[in-house]
Amino acid sequence: MNRTARGDGGGGGGEVKLALRGVSMVFQGDAGRVPTLDAIDLEVRRGELVCILGPSGCGKSTLLNIVAGFIAPTSGEVRIDGEPVRGPDPRRIFVFQERGVFPWLTVEGNIGFGLGGLPGAERRARIDRYVELVGLRDFEHTYPHELSGGMKQRLEVARALAVEPDVLYLDEPFGALDSITRLTMRVELLRIWEAERKTILFVTHDIEESVQLADRVVVLSARPARITRIVEIDIPHPRDLSSPRYLELRDGIFEEIGVAHRI
Amino acid sequence: MKAFRRGGVTESPRRSVIAPLRRMLPLTGVSALLLGWSLAAHLAGAHTLPGPGKVARAIVELTERGLLLRFAVASLFRVTWGYLLAVAVAVPLGLCLGLLQRAERTLNPLLQILRPISPLAWIPLAILWFGVGDLSAIFIIFIASALPLTVTTINAVHLVPRVHLDAGRNFGLGPLALVRRVVYPAVLPQLIGGLRLALGIAWLVVVAAEMIAVNSGLGFLIIDARNAGDRYDLVVAGMVLIGLIGLVLDAGMRRLERLPSLRWGFGAARAAR
Ligand SMILES: Nc1ncnc2c1ncn2[C@@H]1O[C@H](COP(=O)(O)OP(=O)(O)O)[C@@H](O)[C@H]1O
Ligand SMILES: [Mg+2]
Repeated sequence: MNRTARGDGGGGGGEVKLALRGVSMVFQGDAGRVPTLDAIDLEVRRGELVCILGPSGCGKSTLLNIVAGFIAPTSGEVRIDGEPVRGPDPRRIFVFQERGVFPWLTVEGNIGFGLGGLPGAERRARIDRYVELVGLRDFEHTYPHELSGGMKQRLEVARALAVEPDVLYLDEPFGALDSITRLTMRVELLRIWEAERKTILFVTHDIEESVQLADRVVVLSARPARITRIVEIDIPHPRDLSSPRYLELRDGIFEEIGVAHRI
Repeated sequence: MKAFRRGGVTESPRRSVIAPLRRMLPLTGVSALLLGWSLAAHLAGAHTLPGPGKVARAIVELTERGLLLRFAVASLFRVTWGYLLAVAVAVPLGLCLGLLQRAERTLNPLLQILRPISPLAWIPLAILWFGVGDLSAIFIIFIASALPLTVTTINAVHLVPRVHLDAGRNFGLGPLALVRRVVYPAVLPQLIGGLRLALGIAWLVVVAAEMIAVNSGLGFLIIDARNAGDRYDLVVAGMVLIGLIGLVLDAGMRRLERLPSLRWGFGAARAAR
């Protein structure tokens, strides 16, 4: 239970973008109280990519929804740029699995959804830029139900990026994709992150995914979630997935979570 | 139901043979109906059941006397007003009730009590309030189509995925913008279904209302033809016209379902919801 001692771990300086202080959540379920988050303390620096890793049902989505302002915690608080979070905000966009795209809008309509306030030409240019960035050129007038899962996911990321937020929240964004598409999506996410340098909170239950993407991996326990460890992934991108350091870090997390990595 | 009809995995070579046949099926059905009708009319005698030929002549007679157009327009006029009024009230009301839990809990019992009352039961009150005339018929059509449309809209709002509402709020939409840009488009496919249903009901009810409350329209034609000289050929002619116009109205509503921005809600995109 040395979580707090290591809670603020991780190397490098940099300005704190997002800070969680003692965030706890207890749901009132049909069968009584469901303690879901237990005093989560965490700091994320500007431009950092942090993965939140934990078993299914431990409370990862709950945590991300609290940080995004969709639900209020039972106790504790979230501050972004020093300001307490009081609700969702277009400066910080939540990317749901591809289910979040609006099926009644075309690719173009989806990407432009948050750009109502811009003058026409600028809006056009912005849409164009992000269509290009996520590789959906020639699909501008296509409706989501005619796109593959991977394309829908990229569309949702483009819709989020188009409003130029400074934080992205991704909740198991690639969970519904096949393993090959998932790998290419990770490469694309890293490419976009390197180009735009957003602060990213990325929730996943996939150990490999977290070690491939993150600057730091925040390991959560089973419900009620506590931070058991924060692992700094000190390998520069592009990461060699067979390098000794990668395997060492990955296996360390496997051990931490207490699952065998031999099948 | 549509999904089942389309969902079957038919192999393409077989389908290409069957497709033209399939298109013939409705025609075959109509032919069979006409044939059975003729036969029945023949066996029962023209006094019990006028045959298709006689009814066709009755329709020609109505056309020549200018009554067909006049009565059809009169009926459509009442339906249009009653129905548009119902849409104008029921859709916004349904959207609000669907979104505001408390308002819904308050008004839901009222809706549930009103719903099982046949619209025709309102006829005496309608006459009392609005007199014998168009207004009564319009009121009855309004009552008949507004209630189911409200309920359909409420249910459609409940089915809007949570992530879409959250995404809308995340992009900074206030309550009104959320309704306009997320809730409304999200419920539109289901709403079109409800609108189609409500128009069917409106048409069903106008005829009944005209049997009592007015002296023009297709419903009036049916009652009047019977009362004024047992012209059963005109009665059946009225029935056929009502059916045909109903068919055209429904086909019009169906076309809406094929708009590109609505297609996601029908068939192809079920999985995406
Ligand atoms: N609105 C809610 N009411 C009651 N319990 C909830 C609610 N949302 C989530 N939970 C419970 O909280 C736990 C964590 O859920 P979640 O955050 O979705 O987990 P994860 O995303 O890690 O899989 C689950 O046991 C779930 O049943
Ligand atoms: Mg989850």
